[in-house]
Amino acid sequence: MRKFIATRLVYTIITVFMVSLIVFFMVRLRGDPIAVMAPPTFSEEQVARMRTAWGFDRPVGEQYVIFLQKAVTGDFGQSIQARRPAMELVLERLGNTYLLSLTSALLGLVIALPLGIISALKRNSWIDFLSTVFASVGTAMPGFWLGLMLIIVFSVNLRILPAFGALEPAAIIMPTITLGVGMAARLSRITRSAMLEVMNQDYIRTAYSKGLNRRSVVVQHALRNALIPIVTIFGLQLGWLLGGSVIVESVFSWPGLGRLMIESINVRDITVVQAGLLWFALSFILINLAVDVLYVFLDPRIQYD
Amino acid sequence: MSIRKPATTAQIATLPGQVERAPWYRPVQRFLAALGRSPVGLTGFIIIVGIMLLAVLGPAISPHDPLDNNLRARFMPPGFANDSGVFLLGTDQLGRDILSRIIAGSKVSVVVGLVSVLIAGVIGVVLGLVAGFFGGMVDAVIMRITDGLLSIPFIILVIAISGVVGSGLVTLILILGLTGWVTYARVIRGEVLKVRSLDYITAAYAIGQRRPLIILRHILPNVISSGIILAATQVGITILAESSLSFLGLGVEATTVTWGLMLADGRQYINSAWWMTTYPGIAITITVLGAVFFGDWLRDVLDPNMRGRS
Repeated sequence: MRKFIATRLVYTIITVFMVSLIVFFMVRLRGDPIAVMAPPTFSEEQVARMRTAWGFDRPVGEQYVIFLQKAVTGDFGQSIQARRPAMELVLERLGNTYLLSLTSALLGLVIALPLGIISALKRNSWIDFLSTVFASVGTAMPGFWLGLMLIIVFSVNLRILPAFGALEPAAIIMPTITLGVGMAARLSRITRSAMLEVMNQDYIRTAYSKGLNRRSVVVQHALRNALIPIVTIFGLQLGWLLGGSVIVESVFSWPGLGRLMIESINVRDITVVQAGLLWFALSFILINLAVDVLYVFLDPRIQYD
Repeated sequence: MSIRKPATTAQIATLPGQVERAPWYRPVQRFLAALGRSPVGLTGFIIIVGIMLLAVLGPAISPHDPLDNNLRARFMPPGFANDSGVFLLGTDQLGRDILSRIIAGSKVSVVVGLVSVLIAGVIGVVLGLVAGFFGGMVDAVIMRITDGLLSIPFIILVIAISGVVGSGLVTLILILGLTGWVTYARVIRGEVLKVRSLDYITAAYAIGQRRPLIILRHILPNVISSGIILAATQVGITILAESSLSFLGLGVEATTVTWGLMLADGRQYINSAWWMTTYPGIAITITVLGAVFFGDWLRDVLDPNMRGRS
């Protein structure tokens, strides 16, 4: 167990290192980042001065080492736009994105688990059919479009929910529904198929023949064993959730990391984009690490050596 | 779903030496027959073919010119009619016909969806084959790169890259293609590892076949079905990514007609013209739904192990 976690940690560190390489080279896809950063009005001399000031005239290897050294201490350089450390801007917005991700993930679970379980228990019933339709349409629908539809219904027509910002607590409702429905659609299918598989096992029959009622069989015996695939997909879909939050935050002007990223990309504020990318990746990597460790507790049979 | 029919007497009577060559249309026939047995697969197939027809026939069947401004008929609700005809789904802020623009926008979705998936698929399959077959250092490097790329949520990665590289249809296709290969490489590598040590590969070595030939003739055909299944699912994901990027103003040029840009326009006038945002979104949903249905069916047909799972 300890060895497993140690190996996983080593891999995690390698992955973070790879992400740092990607983030570093990504802004150099067009040669040197000055090409992206400098306003078109800059004269050649100004561009050259900017290049020296940012250290982009040094060898790429040296630039990367400096980037890495600074990144480890949380220093991604100054935001050109805000004239403040990029990391500071990112950390300010991070809480809002985590809050939105948390409420959406919870909403997703609250919808998907009962829906998946019921459609597995009542296979081929009308409720199973409806939940399949919900899952398919929910996966195929662009998340931001659902957000726009909610705005039309609840803000424009009914006028009961705020369409943007985060000034009042009710502002989180629509972004949460938008992301939560997508999450639920993705999770309900896997819940259904995991439950179907478990319900056919011998120990379920045994539990019934012991005289246990349906409720305790489903919750204590079936669901518990079906949780492993559900947790796997849940962890992976949190990546989708983080990605989706970028666009949904822009739709609802939710002051999170995603909206900061889009704003920074639009004004070519590269340091903020780099810091933001790294945070998104780091969050996702840690989620998956947590999922892997969680397996051991969910299924004592899993032995990692 | 594919229960083999018992061999007919004619087939049994054919001796091994004189195998009759099946006519060229036989695979097509079998494909359509299998499709006919699955309502979901058939629905997906019909949607995909329908959207492709829209993309190809576009100008011929669209009721108006998708670029035609008509400032006297701005923001007209669905069903509006004047002397230039009926505007079934209404008009936008410049009086352009929404239905015609949706038809014109299908082209971008189809082209981006198919071409970038093809690029991603080819790169991913090749790298997956190489990593799985040769193992060792090559494998480790390729897999660590995929680890890194997979830990940045796809859409965020694509958004950031297009922010740096710029917009445009070709650029967009290349970005989606060059970042989308990761999943294929992963899956194909896994499949290669399963196949690599099987007896028939050893046999191929034993009769002196060279490694490139073994990869192409013995390994590739046995792992490609996973790639095809994945590609069908990826088409939907790619179309969604394209519409998200265009919606954010990072995808194609602002003058191109795409569903994502139509949604971005619609968002500006969301208080007054609901039809501008509603219909392009429905178009995206139906298209992606088609790809999802078709992909699910393909998986059932091509991969018996995955049947019933999702």
